[in-house]
Amino acid sequence: MGSKQTDRREFLKQGAALAGAAALGATAKSATAQLPGPEAQLPGTDELVAYGKRSRFVTSKRIPHGGRPSPDVFGLDFHIATPLQDTYGVITPSSLHYIGTTRGSFVPDIDPAKHRLMIHGMVDNPLVFTMEELKRLPSVTRLHFIECAGNRANSRHVTVQETHGMTSCAEWTGVLLSTLLEEAGVQDGGDWIVAEGVEEVKGASSIPMTKAMDDCIVAYAMNGEPVRPQQGFPLRLLAPGGEGILNVKWLRRIKVVDQFYMTYNDYGHLRQDPADAALSLQIGPKSVITSPSGGQQLPGAGFYEVSGLAWSGGGRVARVEVTTDGGRTWFDADIRGEAHPMAHTRFSFNWTWDGQQCELQSRCIDELGQVQPSREEASQFWVQTEGQSPRVKGQDNSIQPWRVERDGSVHNAIA
Amino acid sequence: MGVFTMRLLKLLPLLMLLGASAHAQSPTYGVGRTPTAEEIRAWDIAISPITGEELPAGSGTADQGSELFMSKGCAGCHGTDGGGALAPRLVKQDIPTPDDPWRWGRILPIRAPYAPVVWDYINRAMPLGQEGTLTADEVYSLTAFLLWINGVVEDDRMELNAENLPQIQMPNRDNWAELPEWLPNQPRLQGYPY
Repeated sequence: MGSKQTDRREFLKQGAALAGAAALGATAKSATAQLPGPEAQLPGTDELVAYGKRSRFVTSKRIPHGGRPSPDVFGLDFHIATPLQDTYGVITPSSLHYIGTTRGSFVPDIDPAKHRLMIHGMVDNPLVFTMEELKRLPSVTRLHFIECAGNRANSRHVTVQETHGMTSCAEWTGVLLSTLLEEAGVQDGGDWIVAEGVEEVKGASSIPMTKAMDDCIVAYAMNGEPVRPQQGFPLRLLAPGGEGILNVKWLRRIKVVDQFYMTYNDYGHLRQDPADAALSLQIGPKSVITSPSGGQQLPGAGFYEVSGLAWSGGGRVARVEVTTDGGRTWFDADIRGEAHPMAHTRFSFNWTWDGQQCELQSRCIDELGQVQPSREEASQFWVQTEGQSPRVKGQDNSIQPWRVERDGSVHNAIA
Repeated sequence: MGVFTMRLLKLLPLLMLLGASAHAQSPTYGVGRTPTAEEIRAWDIAISPITGEELPAGSGTADQGSELFMSKGCAGCHGTDGGGALAPRLVKQDIPTPDDPWRWGRILPIRAPYAPVVWDYINRAMPLGQEGTLTADEVYSLTAFLLWINGVVEDDRMELNAENLPQIQMPNRDNWAELPEWLPNQPRLQGYPY
């Protein structure tokens, strides 16, 4: 009883203090014919004060990818795709960032106070860092996409989440790997690193020293807060533009070695064909229209902003082109904001739909001049070198076509 | 290139360093500590694929591996014949194209160009949930078993160890493409796709 009275007194006090605000308040009906306030309100809770959450009307979510359940009966996560159709700008919210695993893995629950990073092998000074020590070193903050090598569209996919959802983009903060390697002193002949995580399979990826010294980041933060457990808390290696598997999560150890170590993680980069091997390490120029995209419905003819994402493992996106007639004529799209190297880049195109059936596509041209190929072009390349049936081999960066029907429904137009 | 030559080449940087110690880099920030040799030994499980130089002492046969395959629970997930179940298949597809090991499927003991790669993965990652509990002898035995069921090793009593494992002639040894040298600001492949 006592506490209830105190509560009421508190309430009255606050009510008096907020009298001005209450006049603008929610359910108050105005005699002067103002619009009514909101139908419902969200009561404040300690939880919402401490860490906010999205509206109950916003329901976009990640989905298991590739036909495997996540989590499975053991609680293992496999591949989980980002709802690209629901994202704006270029940053994927951490809660919606895609997840890939080489072989399902329980997410490690790591106490950062106990976590260490060791750098050893062909170095003058092997080093062990605590998380606090890493945070004392000069840092960088950069936007980078990550994409799973298996992010390939097929004709059975309906939405852009299914065709392209195994890529996301975040703002990553950490220490340049080159800073740590220079601190350790790489010896002559140390041409590769093997980066290894803490999880059960201790996933280890081999990365060329040229890449390690160029722009790799030992990241402890994403999107302004510590890296999420599903993304490698407390430490993740970022290998910008490289295939997803190079971005080692739960990073614990970096060994400087003299050669490609061909670990189980590297297994996907073992190819029979040299062209296939050359294409397999670095993500090609790629783009996709996220709106309108498969499964969406246009209410009728008229104006629409066509919007999408472009990226390349080779550097900045230089240009994006859009076609609305299935590739006969191409127009320059607008780049929204700044194009960062190896980062999702938002593009848009002002379009007035005439209500007829049409096909929308986009293609990315990166700063190296690499042009995103059509499925036909990519397939044809492999036919010439392989003598096999047309199929885009390796990492698939081909153009995604969306067909808009006269009823406004949007469909995956991959044949 | 022979293993012996490889080792000589590996010594080269060391010899060069000794001759030019004035150029040795010194740390800029002085943050972090030096691990002990024992710490490095305990943490370091990476195995060089070609020379297998980090392989520990020990040995095992396919015969011993076949028993371990059952007793350690491997068969429970990979199937009693290694044919795959909850976990991936470990024995090559039974198809009559012996010339091209790539057609035998994505099977580690077949596709790996060097046998230490097989040893490395069993050692670091198996059995699921009890990783790191196998002894070196047990890993040699299981590696021998996987090579034997795939026809890479004929004799199920052949003792595999740190000396002879790197010398196993894997079906894919000369049948894979080197990754091109990675350099910043380089196209992935000249002429792709135009």
